[in-house]
Amino acid sequence: MDSVAQRLSAVGAGAALELRGVTRLFGALAALTDVTITVRPGERRAVLGSNGAGKTTLFNCITGDFAPSSGTIRFFGEDVTHFPPYERIRRGLRRTYQISALFPGLTVQDNVYLACRGVSRGRFSFLRPGQNDALMHAADNLVQAVHLSAVKDQRVAELAHGQQRQLEIALALAGAPRFVLFDEPAAGLSPTERAELIEILTSLPAHIGYIIIEHDMDVALRVVESVTMMHNGRVFKEGLPQEIESDPEVQELYLGGGHE
Amino acid sequence: MSLAHDARVAVRPAAVTQRPARTWPEINNPAAWIVAVILVVMPLIASGFFLIEIFATTLILGIMALSLMFLAGYGGMVSLMQLTIAGFSAYMVAVFGISGNANISLGWPWWLAVPMALALATAFGTLGGALAVRTEGIYTIMITLAIGAAFYYFTNQNWAIFNGHTGINTVATPHFWGVNWRADIPFYYVVLAVAALCYFAVEYISRAPFGLALQGVRDNPRRMAALGFNVNAHRVAAYAFASFIAALAGVLQVWNYRQISPGSVSVGACIDVLIIAVVGGITRPIGPFIGALIFVLLRTFALDFLVRLGLDGNRFRLLIGLGFLAIVFWSSDGVIGLWQRWRQSQRSRDDRQGGGRGHG
Repeated sequence: MDSVAQRLSAVGAGAALELRGVTRLFGALAALTDVTITVRPGERRAVLGSNGAGKTTLFNCITGDFAPSSGTIRFFGEDVTHFPPYERIRRGLRRTYQISALFPGLTVQDNVYLACRGVSRGRFSFLRPGQNDALMHAADNLVQAVHLSAVKDQRVAELAHGQQRQLEIALALAGAPRFVLFDEPAAGLSPTERAELIEILTSLPAHIGYIIIEHDMDVALRVVESVTMMHNGRVFKEGLPQEIESDPEVQELYLGGGHE
Repeated sequence: MSLAHDARVAVRPAAVTQRPARTWPEINNPAAWIVAVILVVMPLIASGFFLIEIFATTLILGIMALSLMFLAGYGGMVSLMQLTIAGFSAYMVAVFGISGNANISLGWPWWLAVPMALALATAFGTLGGALAVRTEGIYTIMITLAIGAAFYYFTNQNWAIFNGHTGINTVATPHFWGVNWRADIPFYYVVLAVAALCYFAVEYISRAPFGLALQGVRDNPRRMAALGFNVNAHRVAAYAFASFIAALAGVLQVWNYRQISPGSVSVGACIDVLIIAVVGGITRPIGPFIGALIFVLLRTFALDFLVRLGLDGNRFRLLIGLGFLAIVFWSSDGVIGLWQRWRQSQRSRDDRQGGGRGHG
């Protein structure tokens, strides 16, 4: 899918993701105020901030779960501000959810198969996939990649929490992702599972950029090259991980007070 | 194939896993074969009354309830207008075909009138669905119930097309190849063939991308949108498919009774379809047929039973209502759910006995 020409044109367009003056109001409450963020193709960035800083609202605006009250969102140069979520996903945007958003009534394999089918043609197909169905193999590979092959025929409702988190990531990597939004992927994971998560994130192909919301600094700062610090719905600071980590203002706001 | 998997497959080579073939679960089930054989040889054992009044009627009601099961069980959309769509289709067969009301019926041969009726009823149901998918939960029920009620009152009052409360009578049924297809045995086989077709179509599609995606929409519409699916388009398509199934049942129904009148599309009848589906179970396509059989048996025989107890025979709905309450109270999956739980308890009892011996 991702041809060299496509990637070159993406580079030509500059940013993978470009938010300009994005504001989101809920009644009188401003969840986001004038947020401007630019992320290069292939860039990996962490978004930090205390609860209520607007991190998940930011993700919801980017994926189109709801439209920003004002401002524009460009994805690889294209203005997607008023696109429905599925149009953005078909263009290579992906996301995971802080609270696993899976299909509990279906098997692991079917969950991943749906994710593969959602970004390809034949979503309305009345024909069952055969033995050599390409998407079925793609789903098999994804299930394998997140270490869920042993439980692939189990219903998702029966999975352990850690397995559900891994499936959550598999759904976001189906098809040909160009940019992924990870919303606290390490939430509730054991140290071993965290190590696996870091391995999955660092071994993603270089052209796939992402933004990760993560409270665990050990995870966040090991898998990103830049950091955006948010506070009260605004971008508070941007910089390299070590700059942000050592910034006194940030420490006061987040690292000092927020360490549980 | 994405570069994402390729990269990680290189780290952790994926063996080509052999998936279990997605075949028919019925093939390995002896009970399904027995039921199929009994249904096919039914005309040898059952009288004309049983064949039509019990089994053909059960299958027709079962097809209508199947269309609801598809929407509710796989799509999470409870539509109360499935009977209305069937009734609309039945009316269209009478209006475009041949009937005793020559001033209304256009007199088309059945092989033109039936496709026309199916197309119009499917369009009608799809339009209704397009309205209903803008809402969720109880509001879907209300909108579809409103469509059903509106259609009922409209047929009562409209004389130009629907012939008011008298309806359309002596509707012609197909005769060709020297066979009267409304004679008991041929008609039974026609109904059985359509029911089997609908059953297997629903079963098949539940494992096809369209059906899987519909179940995804049921479980988590927001995530489906975040996977690239247009959720509302999927829901409307589900209504279109379910409407076609209901429309098929409507054609069979008007051939069965040879007439159609507002009484057949009343709000009470709409709710009967819901009861049939829920009593049978909406998790699997066999449920609606089981529910329809229970409903038809009660409707036919409860009268004698109640009279023998010294009660008013018309109170058969009381029995259905009590049965409905009991089912909803003890099993949200209807009769199928009860059966599955019984099977499971048998199996776990066997396991326990086996385990006990092992320890001894």
